[in-house]
Amino acid sequence: MTDRLPGFSTLAVHAGAQPDPTTGARVTPIYQTTSFVFNDADHAASLFGLQAFGNIYTRIGNPTTAVLEERMAALEGGTAALAVASGHAAQVVVLQQLLMPGDEFIAARKLYGGSINQFTHAFKSFGWNVAWADPDDIASFERAVTPRTKAIFIESIANPAGSITDIEAIADVARNAGVPLIVDNTLATPYLIRPIDHGADIVVHSLTKFLGGHGNSLGGIIVDGGTFDWSKENKYPMLSEPRPEYHGIRIQETFGNFAFAIACRVLGLRDLGPALSPFNAFMILTGIETLPLRMQKHCENAKAVAEFLAGHPAVASVNYAGLAGDKYNQLARKYAPKGAGAVFTFSLRGGYDAGVSLVSNLKLFSHLANVGDTRSLVIHPASTTHSQLDDDAKVRSGAGPDVVRLSIGIEDKEDLIGDLAQALSA
Amino acid sequence: MNHDAYDDNYIRGILNSVKSIAMVGASPVNVRPSYFAFKYLAQRGYDMIPVNPGHVGKQLLGKPFVASLTDIGRPVDMIDIFRSSAHIMPVVDEVLTLSPLPKVIWMQLGARDDAAAEKAEAAGIKVVMNRCPKIEYGRLSSEISWMGVNSRTLSSKRAPIPTQGMRLSLNRMSVGGGATAASDRAAKNKSEPT
Repeated sequence: MTDRLPGFSTLAVHAGAQPDPTTGARVTPIYQTTSFVFNDADHAASLFGLQAFGNIYTRIGNPTTAVLEERMAALEGGTAALAVASGHAAQVVVLQQLLMPGDEFIAARKLYGGSINQFTHAFKSFGWNVAWADPDDIASFERAVTPRTKAIFIESIANPAGSITDIEAIADVARNAGVPLIVDNTLATPYLIRPIDHGADIVVHSLTKFLGGHGNSLGGIIVDGGTFDWSKENKYPMLSEPRPEYHGIRIQETFGNFAFAIACRVLGLRDLGPALSPFNAFMILTGIETLPLRMQKHCENAKAVAEFLAGHPAVASVNYAGLAGDKYNQLARKYAPKGAGAVFTFSLRGGYDAGVSLVSNLKLFSHLANVGDTRSLVIHPASTTHSQLDDDAKVRSGAGPDVVRLSIGIEDKEDLIGDLAQALSA
Repeated sequence: MNHDAYDDNYIRGILNSVKSIAMVGASPVNVRPSYFAFKYLAQRGYDMIPVNPGHVGKQLLGKPFVASLTDIGRPVDMIDIFRSSAHIMPVVDEVLTLSPLPKVIWMQLGARDDAAAEKAEAAGIKVVMNRCPKIEYGRLSSEISWMGVNSRTLSSKRAPIPTQGMRLSLNRMSVGGGATAASDRAAKNKSEPT
């Protein structure tokens, strides 16, 4: 007899959490401690040798953070997860397991501006070379594959314009190339899109956005799909070869289909150090409990605001995949039938100056560099998040000078539309 | 029996019912997966018997190695085979000479031999392939959750605090059963265990 499978909302509340064994506390406690006492010398040795499950030191793992990790693994349909200090930290830790100096990875050109900077500049000093491809042109990914390619990186709903990526088509390219597909699922959240179901091998998030959802805590996570065989070819020695720091353990052989998450923890997080604070893990866990409710409202509001803007005379165009005529509407119907997210861009007939004026005239929307907050947010990417890109790269990544990006919150949609109406006519 | 995806209740039933486990291919080297699993299962209260002809005369965590299954000299509930797929059939043939027969043959992560499984099942023995009993026990008890692993179980009951030699409750609500469709995608091509 098979148990009934709990639904997404049940997992969002329960997965990973159970009453505390010592106190019976029902809500996951904040284990605000750096270290954990060993039972005896053998227990300590077993933990350090990866032979036993348990806690050592909060840089490697923490009971509050572990609940967040299991919950995210459950929501994404992965085998395990590792939480880290930010979405950026997640990307460093993932690629450290996959790339050696001189190796390459292919990334979609449409990404969060911070990721473009990280890949272009910071990773260059590690000897990790990025090759850019166009998510609207699948063949451009195929053309970018070389013998040094170790991974492909895309966003499911892509910054800044909320465009939808054809995950399955790019997963095919990755499979043919024998490399894992990494999907940044931040703007979709697993409520809207579960990339592993579409062929992704690894999912990363900035938990700071819709998952935490309240704009109060930074965090990032890596979810292991458990789908990739790291030992098939000798391309991923961090996972397939004996590890000298653990007396010759082979990570995949020992940990099977959650080996990647373990490698990220015991080789990446342990040695690079971007641990998440247990307090932040607690805040994000609390946020995730209401993720399904919030995402429904975010998407409903975003669609209403996008429709309003599309009919406004001062607006030249709206890029929202949830609109019937949008270029990405077919992909949205396939990948995100519950809603196309709540981050999108539009451009003003008045160009750069009109964008600056709009931002300064808004009274309810906050002008700041974040997305996925309960509050509605506005930003002018060309002068902020994407300002370090050259003009050509700005346009190609969807952040031209006339573009304004919105992140729609969960306020009453009439108030959001009213604020935009007054700011556009001011 | 569908050996691509096991129902949690099948695995739970096996781990709850067996008491003694003979581990074929147990290694005394403390970084080998077989050593990890042997030690963990011993700590969880199973009566563990290491089987490896290369180490007769030595002990593994206080348990003397035996050369073969027939040398154990007493009934065993489960045979856990830490050998690669190519070496499974001869072990199963040896198991089938035992009297009484064990209740379960378990083949380690990466090991699978469908013909051997069919033979064992025809003799009334339950078979698990390409799984690790340590991982499955840790998963169903949620002890593995300390490592951020998806236990695919839920519980609103207060958890026990695990101590040395203590058997944990495996009786949690299953989220995904054994049907881990995504994670089993690559399982068939997994590399061989040793």
